Amino acid sequence: MDWLNAIVQGTLLGGLYALFAAGLSLIFGVMRLVNIAHGDLIVLAAYLGLTVTSALGIHPLASLLLVVPAMALIGYGLQRGILNRTLGGDLLPPLLVTFGLSVILQNGLLEIYSADPQKMNAGLLETASVLVGGISLGILPLAMFAIAVAVIAGLQWMFYHTALGRAFRATSDNQAIAQLMGLNRAHVFGLAMALSLAVTGIAGVFLGIRTSFDPSMGGARLIFGFEAVIIGGLGNLWGTLAGGVVLGIAQAIGAQINPGWQLLAGHIAFLVLLAVRPKGLFPRMDG
Amino acid sequence: MSASQYRIVQSSGASRIAAALGLIVLALLVLAPYWAGRADLRLLGEVLLYLSLASLWNLLAGYAGLVSVGQQAFVGLGGYALFGLTMFGGLHPVLAVLVAGVIGGLVAMPVAALIFRLRGAYFAIGTWVMAEVFRLSAAQVSALGGGSGTSLPTPVVQSLADGRDAREALSYWLALAMALLALAVVYGVLRSRNGLALTAIRDNELAARSLGIDIWRTKFTVYVIVGALTAATGALLFLQKLRISPDAAFSANDWTAFVIFIVVIGGIGTVEGPIIGVIVFFLLRETLADLGTTYLIILGMFAIGVMLLAPKGLWGMVRARSDIQLFPLRRKVVAKPKD
Repeated sequence: MDWLNAIVQGTLLGGLYALFAAGLSLIFGVMRLVNIAHGDLIVLAAYLGLTVTSALGIHPLASLLLVVPAMALIGYGLQRGILNRTLGGDLLPPLLVTFGLSVILQNGLLEIYSADPQKMNAGLLETASVLVGGISLGILPLAMFAIAVAVIAGLQWMFYHTALGRAFRATSDNQAIAQLMGLNRAHVFGLAMALSLAVTGIAGVFLGIRTSFDPSMGGARLIFGFEAVIIGGLGNLWGTLAGGVVLGIAQAIGAQINPGWQLLAGHIAFLVLLAVRPKGLFPRMDG
Repeated sequence: MSASQYRIVQSSGASRIAAALGLIVLALLVLAPYWAGRADLRLLGEVLLYLSLASLWNLLAGYAGLVSVGQQAFVGLGGYALFGLTMFGGLHPVLAVLVAGVIGGLVAMPVAALIFRLRGAYFAIGTWVMAEVFRLSAAQVSALGGGSGTSLPTPVVQSLADGRDAREALSYWLALAMALLALAVVYGVLRSRNGLALTAIRDNELAARSLGIDIWRTKFTVYVIVGALTAATGALLFLQKLRISPDAAFSANDWTAFVIFIVVIGGIGTVEGPIIGVIVFFLLRETLADLGTTYLIILGMFAIGVMLLAPKGLWGMVRARSDIQLFPLRRKVVAKPKD
C-alpha cells in the first residue's frame, strides 16, 4: 500500500512539474529559446503571490488574479526589451543573458526578502483530503493536478484553434516567411513569453502554497521542468505532462526507499530515459 | 613562383612582444612567494585557478560550442577525489591532484556519451543535471562527511611540505603550474588539427562535416580534455581550502556563474579573453565584494550589458580596433624576400 500511495502522490506531484515545464516547452517551441532564468521566475511568482496575499489579506488562490497578469507583463517586457535582441543564429547570447538574469533575480530576491524560507498559508485547503480506495488524496495536490491538465489542454487548444496559436506555429516553422505574411516577429515572441510567464505565475503560486520556498531554489525548479520536457519529448505538451508524472513518480519511489534519494532518483530516471530513449517518450519535433 | 618561395607564419610582432612581456610577468609570478604576503599569495593562487577554469570553459563553449553550465561537476569531482585519495588511498597530495585529473577525464567519457544526445541549449541544462547528480551522490558518501562535508586531516596537510610557509608556497606554485598548463593545452589544442576542425565546426557545422570532420569525436576529445583539467583544478582549489562539502564543491555560482562572467566580460572565443576577464573580475570583487548580493547583481548586469552591446567582450573591442593577437592562431602566407 505504501508503494501504491507513493505512486499516486508522485503522479499528483507530476502535475506541478508539468506546470514548471509547460512555459519552458512553449517558448522553446515558438522561438527555440531556453530560458535559464525560468526557475527563478517561478520563485519570483511565488514571492509576488506572498506579497499580494499578505498586503491585501486575501487567499493565495485569489492572488492568482494579480500574479498571473503581472507575470505576463513582465514576460512581454523582458522579451521585447532584452531577449529579442539576443535571438538569432547564435546559441550563446540567449543562454548567457538568461543566465545573467537568473543571477540577478536570485540575488534581487535575496536582497528584498532575505534567505529565510517563506510559505503561503492556504488554510483548510492544505490539509483537506478525500479517501479513495484506502489512499488519502490531498485536495490541494488533486487541484494542482487538475489545473495542470486544464492549463495544458488550454495551451493545446490555443495552439491549434486560435489565430494566436497559428501565429506561434507559423513563426516556429519559418520566421522569415511569417514576417513576410505580416506577422510582427518581435510582438509574437513577446506574446509567447507573456503566455509562458503567465503559466509560470500559476506554477509559482502553487509552489508557494505546497512547500516553503527561498530565493535559492529556482535552479532545481528549472531542472525539474527541463527533465519533464525531455522525458515527454520536445514540442509535445501532453508528453510534457507525462514527463512530469514520470519524474514525480520516480522521486516519490526514491523517497520511499530512502528520504535522501528523492531528488537523485528523479535525476537518474531522467538519465536512464535519455540513454534508452534520447528523443523522449512522445517526440514531436527535433531539438 | 615555386611553392618554396612562400612560407606560413603564425607569429607576429605583437605576439613576440607579448611573449617577452609574458616571460617577465611569469618570472614575477614564479617569485611571488618571496615578495607577496600570505593573504596576497592566497589571492593570487585563487586568481590563477580561476584563470585555469575560465580558459578551459572558454575552450569548451567558445570554440567547441559546448555551452556547459555544469562544470562544477568536475571541480567537485576533483576536490572529492583529492580528499578520498589522500585520506583512504594514502597518496601524496600532489600525486592525488594528478590522479584526480585522470579520474576527471575517465568520468567525462560516459558523461559525454550520455549528454551529447542533447542539442544546443538543452545540452547546457543537461550538464547541470549531471552536476546535481554528482552533488547529491557526494552527499550520500558518509565516509567523506555526507552532506556536511569534511576537512583534510592534519597529517595529510603536513605531508605536503614542512612548515606553513613552504606549504602555502607549494600550493601557490601548483596553482601557477595549473594555470600555465591549462593555457598551454588550450593554445596547443587550438593550434593543432583539432583546433582547425573546431574552428570549421564553429563556422559551419554542415560544411565541416562534408569535408570529413568527425564532429562528435572532435567535441568528445575537447570535452574529455577539459573534464580532466577541470578536475585537477578542482583538486587544487580544495587543496587550498582544506575543507570540502557537497554544496561548496558543486557550487553552480562559484564554479560556473563566475567563470562564465569572466569569459563573457573578457571575450569569449579568444585565448586572451579569459586572462583579461579574470583580472577585471578580481578587481571588481576586491573593490565591490563588501556589497554582498548587490555585487552579484551588478556583475550579472555587467555581463548582460557586455553580451548585448559588445558580444565579443573587452578583448573583442581591442581586436576590432587593432587586429592584434597575443596568442597567434591564424596562419598567414608570406612571400620570401628575394635574395
